[in-house]
Amino acid sequence: MNFDLDQEQELLSSTAASFVKRASPPGRLRKLRDDPLGYSPDLWRQMAEMGWLGMPFLESAGGLGRSFVDVSLVLEHLGASLVPEPFVPSVILAGLAIARAGGPAQWQQFLGPLIEGRTTLALAHDERDSRFSANQISTRAERDGDGWRLTGQKVFVLNGHAADLLVVSARSSVGLSLFAVDRGAQGLKVTPLSTIDGRRAALIDLEGVRVGAERLLGQEGSALPVLEAVLDLGAAAACAEGVGVARTMLQMTLDHLKTREQFNVKIGSFQALQHRAVDMFIETELARSITIAACIKADDKDPAERRAATSAAKAQLAVSGRFVAYQAIQLHGGIGITDEHDIGLYFKRMQALNTLFGDEDFHNAQFAALAPPP
Amino acid sequence: MDLSFTPDQIAFRAEAREWIASALPPPLAAKAAIDAPFEMPEVMEWHRILYKRGWAAPNWPKEYGGPGFDATRRAILAEELEQAGAPELSPFGIIMVGPLLIQYGTDAQRKRFLPPILSGDEVWCQGYSEPGAGSDLAALQLRAADDGAGHFVLNGQKTWTTYAQYADWIFCLVRTDSKAKKQEGISFLLVDMKTPGVTVKPMLTIGGTPAFCDTFFEDVRVPKENLVGPLNGGWTMAKALLGHERTAIAAIGSSTRAIQKVKRIAADTLKDGRVLLHDPVFRNRLTRLEIRLRALRMVYYRALAGAQLGRAPGPESSLLKICGAEILQQSFELAMEAMGLDSLSWFNPPPVVPPIEQFVPSRYSYLRATTIYGGTNEVQKNIIAKAILGL
Repeated sequence: MNFDLDQEQELLSSTAASFVKRASPPGRLRKLRDDPLGYSPDLWRQMAEMGWLGMPFLESAGGLGRSFVDVSLVLEHLGASLVPEPFVPSVILAGLAIARAGGPAQWQQFLGPLIEGRTTLALAHDERDSRFSANQISTRAERDGDGWRLTGQKVFVLNGHAADLLVVSARSSVGLSLFAVDRGAQGLKVTPLSTIDGRRAALIDLEGVRVGAERLLGQEGSALPVLEAVLDLGAAAACAEGVGVARTMLQMTLDHLKTREQFNVKIGSFQALQHRAVDMFIETELARSITIAACIKADDKDPAERRAATSAAKAQLAVSGRFVAYQAIQLHGGIGITDEHDIGLYFKRMQALNTLFGDEDFHNAQFAALAPPP
Repeated sequence: MDLSFTPDQIAFRAEAREWIASALPPPLAAKAAIDAPFEMPEVMEWHRILYKRGWAAPNWPKEYGGPGFDATRRAILAEELEQAGAPELSPFGIIMVGPLLIQYGTDAQRKRFLPPILSGDEVWCQGYSEPGAGSDLAALQLRAADDGAGHFVLNGQKTWTTYAQYADWIFCLVRTDSKAKKQEGISFLLVDMKTPGVTVKPMLTIGGTPAFCDTFFEDVRVPKENLVGPLNGGWTMAKALLGHERTAIAAIGSSTRAIQKVKRIAADTLKDGRVLLHDPVFRNRLTRLEIRLRALRMVYYRALAGAQLGRAPGPESSLLKICGAEILQQSFELAMEAMGLDSLSWFNPPPVVPPIEQFVPSRYSYLRATTIYGGTNEVQKNIIAKAILGL
């Protein structure tokens, strides 16, 4: 057992920390949330130059072949600074779906531009009635000549408002498949929407969208294991970001307790508040530790191992993250409720992360289903 | 980063597990199977078996009879012992006074006291708390006056002296200077329980089991060579002792075993004609606890990996203590809920309740102690607030 970062990981982490500190302090989100795009294409290209957008992809697909633990180091800093660039939708969700389901030609066509920072992607998967499931999908894929026609509606597609390419899950008679659909495809209706955490997403209506045979990623009907994997990785990514959010909220709260004065003393001298801060610290450490385990297991060959570790971490993030977020607001007092103060941005990001890729009940049930009989 | 144990460590875990299963005498194994409370002679019987195997004091250096285990092996052994439900050895000799003597004792003291601690020939108890000195331990008042003739004369009372009724020796924090600042007038003294003037009054715990005692000292004469460390230096040593690695502090093995027990009870319990274990509401609560234990296990493994690299355990131990105690309590709370009306049963033998349930209400009650002993959770939070959060 070893929980220390190696030299290369230390460097990656410290580089990410200083990059987000310089290029994307938390206040940046406040400006971008009123912007129709919601992030900066220029910063996206800088992230590409850092090599981040190719991290998890095999070298044969033009990537760096880094472990998920390495990716999580970057994610934690993106979370800590509320960086709104669509890293998770593009790289973790759609990107890894293409990498795992598709073949070399598709890697080159779709991942190449992403890794260079010239495009962003989105995974159009969740539906009104799918509620976090990989499988409960009713969007239809019907054969149309040598290609396909896709019909259905996708909801809260992260980065769906801006993505150059959508990876769409759809069901045909033999099961779920994934299709790469261009933003400008005919019959594709994109309705931008705002999310609680100051970001953008979209409702995607597919009204008989025609795609060619070469747009099917992998074999027809073989997408379920890929979707399960990328949604697990999405959950693990949310945990890594969530740990960044939680530790930042804890730090901001400690700073507040050490400066704010009432009754002529620093409020951090009150034992009731000290113990609350300790509870926040404990929850942050629990979430951090179980997230490390999930990120290590994210690359595990056994899907059940990966899934149990991910669900455990995501369910724990729901408990711990919620606690930290609520107490952070509470201990900030009235200022914590104002839109001016950054703590509220973190609170809402934590809420979004706890919902995305499955809430506590969903992951508890998934974890329980994997448990051996007593 | 790497979560896995080395092949060597995995082999050791298997070895420990097999050995425990084969070495636990059948009457003790029968008790372990239903988590029945062990009597002190049974605990000492197990102590001597572990001693013969060389595993009674895994935390001691080799030169004093320890097995020379590194931090990970110690943790593996502790986890396996807990998970097997084997009798928990009394910590007062092996975990507390032994290491303190190794660190601060004289050669004569080490030679006199360590071998019988290791072999289990002498049982120890701890004289720290007093009626007026609980969380505020430094307020202790048991007076040790110098008689000018080579002895301290002790007058006063210690309380919560667990196992004092079985103990041959007690290590005490005593007041040797009543004028100094309260932390600076305390000394660390070893007292033979057979000394005239020592009386022990055992009490039952709320679990209906004997553990606690009041121990009274009336003109108890203790030779000066039983002073450990410098006169009035007891507080520093007692605090240093708290910094020692305490592998069992997170109770990972005990909680793992307890949650397994909850599952077995729930698998044999019906609710509305359905197996309780598959009731979504119950299962969700159980899973939440199971996941929290998993998270704590990872915190623990992180601390362990640090210890393996030679980093001293810091105030993080307080986190392990706080969460470990709470999770163990919550496990038994769930066991009680799973039992329904059976949870009313107080020591009734089967068939009133199934054997696996027989001692749960007692244990559930007693385990309220875990958030109090060894420094209450509130005191642990004070430590974290100050030492880690800088409040």
